[in-house]
Amino acid sequence: MNDGTAAIASEKLAVGGEARLRIGAWRRFAIAALIVLAAALPFGLSNYQVFELTQVMIYAIAVLGLNILTGYNGQISLGHGGFFAAGGYTAAVLMHRYGVPYWATLPPAALVGFALGLLFGLPALRFEGPYLALVTLAMAVATPQTLKYFSWTGGQQGLNLAKPAPPPGLGIDRDRWLYLFVLVILLVAIRVAANLLNGRTGRAWMAIRDHPIAAAAMGVDTPRYKTLAFGTSTLFTAVAGALAAIVVGFVAPESFSLFLSISFLVGSAVGGIATIGGAIVGGFFIEFVPNFANDISDAAPWAIYGLAMLLFMYAMPRGVVGSLGPLAAWLRGRLRPAVAAGEISAASNNASSPQQTSQGRLE
Amino acid sequence: MSGVPLRTTAASQGGAPAQLLEVADVTMRFGGIVALDGVTFSVAPGRITGLIGPNGAGKTTLFNCLSRLYRPARGDIRLNGRSLADCAPADIAGLGIGRTFQSPTLFDSLSVLDNVKIGAHARGRNGPLTDAFTLPSSRREEREFDLIARVTLDFVELGGAATRPAASLTFAQRKRVELARALATKPALVLLDEPAGGLNHDEVAQLGALIRSIRDKLEITVLLVEHHMGLVMSLSDQVVVLNFGRVIADGTPEEVRGVPAVTEAYLGTRH
Ligand SMILES: Nc1ncnc2c1ncn2[C@@H]1O[C@H](COP(=O)(O)OP(=O)(O)O)[C@@H](O)[C@H]1O
Ligand SMILES: [Mg+2]
Repeated sequence: MNDGTAAIASEKLAVGGEARLRIGAWRRFAIAALIVLAAALPFGLSNYQVFELTQVMIYAIAVLGLNILTGYNGQISLGHGGFFAAGGYTAAVLMHRYGVPYWATLPPAALVGFALGLLFGLPALRFEGPYLALVTLAMAVATPQTLKYFSWTGGQQGLNLAKPAPPPGLGIDRDRWLYLFVLVILLVAIRVAANLLNGRTGRAWMAIRDHPIAAAAMGVDTPRYKTLAFGTSTLFTAVAGALAAIVVGFVAPESFSLFLSISFLVGSAVGGIATIGGAIVGGFFIEFVPNFANDISDAAPWAIYGLAMLLFMYAMPRGVVGSLGPLAAWLRGRLRPAVAAGEISAASNNASSPQQTSQGRLE
Repeated sequence: MSGVPLRTTAASQGGAPAQLLEVADVTMRFGGIVALDGVTFSVAPGRITGLIGPNGAGKTTLFNCLSRLYRPARGDIRLNGRSLADCAPADIAGLGIGRTFQSPTLFDSLSVLDNVKIGAHARGRNGPLTDAFTLPSSRREEREFDLIARVTLDFVELGGAATRPAASLTFAQRKRVELARALATKPALVLLDEPAGGLNHDEVAQLGALIRSIRDKLEITVLLVEHHMGLVMSLSDQVVVLNFGRVIADGTPEEVRGVPAVTEAYLGTRH
């Protein structure tokens, strides 16, 4: 490319960069305010509410993992409860049998989740769509009984864990400390996910989801990236499982039933599968909707749960964030002077219709 | 129908520059159908080579063999003398072959800019770790990709559409984004599969100028599959004619025009 176009391009970049900076500053401010709010929130709530919100954040991390796989890479999993269990048991066994401090169990849980995901992702390369769903379903179905089988997992009874104490001198109680601990991990998880998705790796994942053949023709090593998506996804979900074990102070096979895997998928769909913020909405749904359904009707909570799901999906088929996000972007676009718009409509004026030309075709 | 050798290739004259692409005896079958039958020709660097032939002649199949999406039953394909026989499809872009598809295959949920950035993927080094923590090297590469993508979009005159979702483009725009994506791989050779298909008269004229500047300004060798004879004949330095999977002519546009088998092949399939 000649220097002229390069110069024009860098000028464009500079302008675009400035615009992005301004939007970025607003966004950064909004995000900082949200984080401060989230950190202050537990101090105005009851112990039980704090516990519930901690659970919301844990589910959000698990769903975020699933979104990476299903939403951004197009591979479906009905087995993420199994990877959640793997993380939970990794943390529990390390704490219970080896006296590892709770915070130090997260990296091993992440590693176990990643390794299991890679192992699982390799054979998953041979399956697509509904078949992959079935393969992962097998994992979810097998998890509880497999956990009962071994003695180091505590069998049927599971493992009781000492609830971690807050650092001395901080002056906050255990529930609020764990809330803040989980909040930090959630923020790190969101940041890492966003970085991956905005980078070369995430772009390759999405390209594979949209058009695997074109992605390969552009040089994307599709098997490698699909396996990597699996491992990254299960890493997040396993970390969430470890946090659950730490916060609840207990793991047992029954906590990781098939329904947990389905809940993750429901949470993912309700929030928006190809979104990051949707994972938080999903966390709220998973934590509160079953209880809420119970409150409404003791007799038929699952009917209420199902109804809630239908309502959400009917009103917002692309999930809460998946549907509201574009609306917000559209609003932002309306508030900004539409400089580029003229250029585009000029370009689309010579929109095409297949047409025979004077030269004629030989066909 | 036997191949008509119309032009002694540069290589056979000795001492001349080597061929960029050599297709040697490539045969591809689908069940009983022989889509390519001993196809042999070569593409010299710095040229536009037209690949023409009636529908079903095997042009797209040949492109898919070059992309390693199909594995030929027989024969060899060499780029700069290096055989592609043991390459995976994902290796091809990195080796210097970019391509478009007969019907545009964009990544519809991505922005136009990200579509073109995927074209630069093969030249990137960022991995999941550098991406996850946006290390300086990661940021540098992203900026570089951004620049490549924007310059390439400007080249196809779609610079203003960078932030639009690919799904919102018109057919003609989609074809140009796909072209930009292929060019962003910075290939030595670009394969264009019916780039004029579905375009109107003015758009075809613009496309002709664009393809010429791909060769002249970007110095990229072009292998052009096209039904639009006016376009192929005016652009190409060399034309290869396929019919029923065989090369029936290979030469300059003037030479190929005079071959009876070529006229026959086209007239035979005319409705
Ligand atoms: N994937 C495939 N499976 C079966 N037959 C195919 C496939 N791809 C191409 N063919 C056949 O190979 C022949 C050549 O097709 P193609 O390469 O698409 O022709 P062209 O691009 O020259 O119009 C046709 O007979 C077509 O039906
Ligand atoms: Mg074709």
